[in-house]
Amino acid sequence: MKTPVQFRHNGSDVAVFVDGGASLLMALRDGVGDTSPKFGCGQGTCGVCSVLIDGELHLSCITLAESVAGRSVETADGLKAGASLHPLQTAFMENFAAQCGFCTPGMLMAAKALLDRNPAPTRAEVVEAISGNICRCTGYEPIINAVLAAAGNRQRA
Amino acid sequence: MKHRGKGMASINYPIGMNLGGDPSQALVHSNPTGKFTVALSAIDLGQGMKSVTRQIAAETLGVPVEDVYVDTADSDTGPHDMGSFASRGTHRVGNAVAVAAREARGVMMEAAAEELEVNASDLETDGKGNIHVKGAPHRKISTKDVAIAAQFKQGKTIAGRGIFLVPLSEVDPETGEMSPATCYAHACLVAEVEVDDETGEVAMVRMDSAYELGRALNPKMVEQQLVGGAWMGVSHALYETPEPYYPEPTHGPRDFNEYAMPGPGDICPHDIAVLERPAPDGPFGAKGPGEMCANPVLPAVANAIFNAVGVRIDDLPITPEKVLRAIRQQGGAKPQARR
Amino acid sequence: MLELRKEIFADERDDNLNEIGKPTQRQDMIGHVTGNTAFFDDHKLAGLLHLKVLRSPHHHARIRRIDTSDAERSAGVRRVIRGGDVPRNLNTLLSLLNFGKDDEPSLATDKVRYRGEPIIAIVANTEREAFEALAKVRVDYDPLTPVFDVEEAIKPGAPVVNETYPKNTFEYHGKYDHQKLRFGDVEQAFAQADHVLEQRYQMSPIEHASTETNGSIAAPETNGRFVVYTCAQGLFFSLDTTAKILDVQSNKLHFIGGTVGGGFGGKVDSLTEPLATLASMLTGRPVRYVLGREEEMQFGSPRGAERIYVKDAVMKDGRLTARKVRSYLDSGAYTRLSSYAVIKCAAHIPGPYTVPNVHADIYCVYTNRVPATAMRGFGVTAVDFAIECQMDKLAHLIGMDPMEFRILNAYRDGDMKAHRREAKNTALIECVQVAAEKAKWPIREEFKRMSSRVGGGGARAAIPQTRLDGGAQAPARPAPQRTSYDRPLAASPPAPAPQPIRPASLEPQRTPSQPPPPAPPPSPVPGAQHGAARFSSVFGTRRR
Repeated sequence: MKTPVQFRHNGSDVAVFVDGGASLLMALRDGVGDTSPKFGCGQGTCGVCSVLIDGELHLSCITLAESVAGRSVETADGLKAGASLHPLQTAFMENFAAQCGFCTPGMLMAAKALLDRNPAPTRAEVVEAISGNICRCTGYEPIINAVLAAAGNRQRA
Repeated sequence: MKHRGKGMASINYPIGMNLGGDPSQALVHSNPTGKFTVALSAIDLGQGMKSVTRQIAAETLGVPVEDVYVDTADSDTGPHDMGSFASRGTHRVGNAVAVAAREARGVMMEAAAEELEVNASDLETDGKGNIHVKGAPHRKISTKDVAIAAQFKQGKTIAGRGIFLVPLSEVDPETGEMSPATCYAHACLVAEVEVDDETGEVAMVRMDSAYELGRALNPKMVEQQLVGGAWMGVSHALYETPEPYYPEPTHGPRDFNEYAMPGPGDICPHDIAVLERPAPDGPFGAKGPGEMCANPVLPAVANAIFNAVGVRIDDLPITPEKVLRAIRQQGGAKPQARR
Repeated sequence: MLELRKEIFADERDDNLNEIGKPTQRQDMIGHVTGNTAFFDDHKLAGLLHLKVLRSPHHHARIRRIDTSDAERSAGVRRVIRGGDVPRNLNTLLSLLNFGKDDEPSLATDKVRYRGEPIIAIVANTEREAFEALAKVRVDYDPLTPVFDVEEAIKPGAPVVNETYPKNTFEYHGKYDHQKLRFGDVEQAFAQADHVLEQRYQMSPIEHASTETNGSIAAPETNGRFVVYTCAQGLFFSLDTTAKILDVQSNKLHFIGGTVGGGFGGKVDSLTEPLATLASMLTGRPVRYVLGREEEMQFGSPRGAERIYVKDAVMKDGRLTARKVRSYLDSGAYTRLSSYAVIKCAAHIPGPYTVPNVHADIYCVYTNRVPATAMRGFGVTAVDFAIECQMDKLAHLIGMDPMEFRILNAYRDGDMKAHRREAKNTALIECVQVAAEKAKWPIREEFKRMSSRVGGGGARAAIPQTRLDGGAQAPARPAPQRTSYDRPLAASPPAPAPQPIRPASLEPQRTPSQPPPPAPPPSPVPGAQHGAARFSSVFGTRRR
């Protein structure tokens, strides 16, 4: 027996049918068709599934799909403003902050969650904010630089 | 009490599958308006296979990189490639792409020569999308117009094929005589650590290194590999194991909480110098940094720990438990001569 | 921070290039930052089924009986697959290169040799239903004594892990349980040395831990073919492995991949493609087989552990005169790629140094643990750890600065290497000098002036007298080479300065990266795969 769940996904109203116990990650990937959050562990320990729920960073693989009914969910797929890249996306590009790209969507959401509440973070605050997101390729340095660069640009704007 | 120490290691690394015998192929062709596709079955793991091959093709063809697209990997359309491992991609696939691009370029120049009514040897590309007579830049034609003329007027196909193979070497059963590789990359890395003699924890302070890679085809992507690889080296040296009590196969980690790796708060500054001694058989002399970037870190860190507190740990990973036991067994930290 | 030291070896390079050397943005970067990059699992297919496997809880056991009757009736189950359903259940990955014997089942039938070995595959409508059905499979095991230590495994009387290799070691050249490297006379050098140092090093197994786990999705396509979306690191390697195991022609399979969420060697083994494809063939539906994270961490193939013994002879003046290495690669229960790593390891010894006497025995050993596979630095990382820790200890022993010790012993252009090839295109000395400078690590002037291009060859190019294990003398000259990369050993004049590499686009006639004129093709081995004699010199006649 499947349960309907209605929520806002990157600014649009969506509705999906989920099995009991289904994760938000699977509802997004299979139900809504948004494959930007990734499956990395299903255990809540790697961060590649990170999304924002009502502006707060969450691990969608251990979030029940039913729990987002009536709430707002943001994924990396919704970062662009029309055809323009979000300043974080531009900063990641300019700082070569992605190699395989698998951790990138989750990493961007963790960074967005930080900058939305703290537009001028210190390096230590950036490190803290992304500490729940594993990257196996970059060694983290370019990612930290990208987030600081995006923050710097936003300050100037 | 915390003690700092410096240690170093120097290595070389063979490029390509050991003994050779690992071919790569590439196909390059132009669409009707002079935009090129490089068809491969090579794999991009994040190391940038799609990107370096794109640059090699653009350089060889003499066209802007924006006019080249690398399409991979589809077994229906991409010719055979052995795979992405053994630091072979840049060298083997890059060479195959260069060969294919050279053939395609040859046809393009012949077609341009016919349009401009000169010999192909009188022409050169400007890297911006034009082909012109050497010394007379006003006598030119765009690569787009050449492509159109070639296909619709001259009946030529601006395309090329390439394969690169290091022939397979034999191995002598009695002496081990063999030809493992045609070229080697090199590296030397200095690690500085800080060891806490009360907890055994080792913190990375900084790394300085020199890597020789033949030619840095793209310095930003080389930096990606060397920084990321060194991080993985630190992880191997100090953190990672799926069998903490090897050879006893117990207490194996089940998730990333249990499989320890350094996080963004554990990294240190890393200053890198890149040297380039071109490999005679590399694409523009390039070798491949993909694996050797991690290797010197493991022993450099172990040697730095010795310099800091006088203990040798020969058993990886070097956990705080092992460091503390060794310090206690030796009767306390014994810092070595400062460098 | 990265700097390019262009002035070093500048006379060997032509830096007049257009696109090469530019920090051009990656072709895939926009896809990565917008989440548009499509990995294998980002393909949605209607009617997708899910495959999960039952894994052995025992390290080593006989299987007496498998009862899948309750599992088959379990809700949502479409198909239960046993070893007997796999057309060619026994395989070894490098059989595609005629290397080694088929020793590993896709699904175990009568014996399990490591904890986690797959026994039954269940295909169901959802992953949850597959797991619930797996829990209903009943297997009767007779546990056997396992062996976990490489040196215990090669002792007579040790439990036999893999009956294909009853002494728990891979067989080389049809007669040896190790690969040899013999160069000069290490025992004589030890006898004459000022110091001899023998140490033991242990490298841990390592988990690749890519953020994307292993997996694939196989589906019926058009024309009776099957499409497979895969994370494989070798597309045709995986396709041909699948074709062999399923006993189908290669063109029945359409493999699509090329965009992988991190590999590092962990996606070479084709862990999921054969069973996913078989399941798709048996059900007529798309089937997804993806390892969970705990599954990947516990049962996905790791970098194999390595135990390395290094015995060195060093003189007071800093010269390393002998290196003797004995190394055991822990292959786990099956061969996979470890047999090849042994040769690569032998090729790497004694490291980037000119050592006049070298001796190595490298073993591929079977134990009852998850089979090992390639990982970043395969066959080299562990031995580099051992060698470079050893070098540090030796420098300390004789009171020499570690940097200077490396420069003194570094190989130079023209030196003879232990595997009887001339060192060329060397650059270790320059890397040490630059690293020392960057780290503000003082070294003496004479060491700052040394060069990879000076001082090599001459007497250092000689192949020393080498007594083989059987007592005979090894040939004094290298064997005639089949490739033009291996120049015959000349008598002393130093090699001419290498020509600068000209960019291909400027010289259409000269093709520096063109392969050399092909060597005469080797005579085909009967029954060889792919029409080529592959690795036949190493592994004797391929046996099934």
